[in-house]
Amino acid sequence: MTSAVVAAPVPGAASGPAADLLFEDVVREGATWSHVLKRGTALRVTDTLGGANVGGLFYNWENTAERYNMPDTLKAQHIARLTSGCVLYSDMGRVLCSITDDTVGWHDPLGGCANAAQVRAKYGEACYQDVRNDCVKNAYEAFVIELAKYGMAARDLTAPVNFFSRVVVNETGAMAFAPGNSRAGDAVELRAEMNVLVVLNTCQHPLDPNPRYEPKPVSLSVRRVPPPAVDDRCRISRPENGRGFTLTERYFL
Amino acid sequence: MLTESALDPATAVYVATVPAGEPWIYEIRQGQTVRILDLEGNQAADTLFYNAHDYEDRYSAQDTIRDQGNIYLTTGTKLRSLKGHTLLTITADTCGRHDTLGGACATESNMVRYDLEKRHMHACRQSFVKAITGWGRGLDKRDIGHNINFFMNVPVTPEGRLTFEDGVSAPGKYVEMRADMDVLALISNCPQLNNPCNAYNPTPVRVLIWD
Repeated sequence: MTSAVVAAPVPGAASGPAADLLFEDVVREGATWSHVLKRGTALRVTDTLGGANVGGLFYNWENTAERYNMPDTLKAQHIARLTSGCVLYSDMGRVLCSITDDTVGWHDPLGGCANAAQVRAKYGEACYQDVRNDCVKNAYEAFVIELAKYGMAARDLTAPVNFFSRVVVNETGAMAFAPGNSRAGDAVELRAEMNVLVVLNTCQHPLDPNPRYEPKPVSLSVRRVPPPAVDDRCRISRPENGRGFTLTERYFL
Repeated sequence: MLTESALDPATAVYVATVPAGEPWIYEIRQGQTVRILDLEGNQAADTLFYNAHDYEDRYSAQDTIRDQGNIYLTTGTKLRSLKGHTLLTITADTCGRHDTLGGACATESNMVRYDLEKRHMHACRQSFVKAITGWGRGLDKRDIGHNINFFMNVPVTPEGRLTFEDGVSAPGKYVEMRADMDVLALISNCPQLNNPCNAYNPTPVRVLIWD
């Protein structure tokens, strides 16, 4: 453990998982959230109502030019879906986050995010003047706005993960959104292996066939977790990941 | 979809041969057609495109595959940008399938995929960085998005596995695109020596442009 994480006091929690809880939060429907997830902590995202979609971007907080790389993540692990035992690779061969728990089984790395024109064409207009914070939002603009708060811009927008969503590719390469992938209470847990700027957005998946603008909220919890053991599931799931963890741990030496 | 081109190489206004391990960067004007020719077969041409007037508006693999509902590129594919523009449209393809998900090799990903001692080996990202920093005008590593691998075959299974299959290309196969807007094209002719897809033998590609 090299990062210093100071636990906020949790009333009534003396030991066990609750003692390691640092804070909880909620990302409302269609909203954006960001946090520098410290090495040695884990973020648990829970689909409160079922049918949520959470777009996610990941950057090395110490040098944001190093960021989540979709192709490197897929080809190192020979996957086109993300679940427990998988890790999110940066372009520098390091593990930003490990997926240490997942009750869903499939999170989509392929579908990306929709922009304002695409969302307007799909859901119509609903502006702030008329409906206040229920206005129709899009993940592309939300990501660019949030990245700008950390000194980044549209050029820094990489291919996001869409947690809780599933896109199946058939033998001809055709992509299909699979409805009902995530149910109420389903959760995924990301353990930070570096200090990682995490940006989340709860807009609907761009391939979600629902014609209505009905994004869903998620709840978050961040807790202190032990460093990955030598037999950690994500470390040993593939020889590639063993090397990825070695490179990540060397970064902190 | 296999489609041949009627364009005659003798009438091309520009021809360049790009050896393996070298980058190629060039502006293609709206309306021009560019052909990438696999001279010896199964050679990966790692390719990026930018809106020539707004480099932030670059080729987006996710927007391209989502808009056409298919992960492979072939005739008819519109190469889409991050800001929703069509950069180029594929007008001919004698290969039939090109990869959007495998990305570029890098010294760092080679260490993860093959062995920590592979760090010394040449890789596409070295070529990309060399080319864009040489080009200047503010481009740097952050502008390197997720590239196309022309002539590579990287299937995804319905179970969510990604596999690297033998190439579907062969000597003389090509892909051709019409520029829908002014674009900056960047190719790294892949130097990868660890991947059996090219029989461990990277070879040259040729680029031709017609007005």
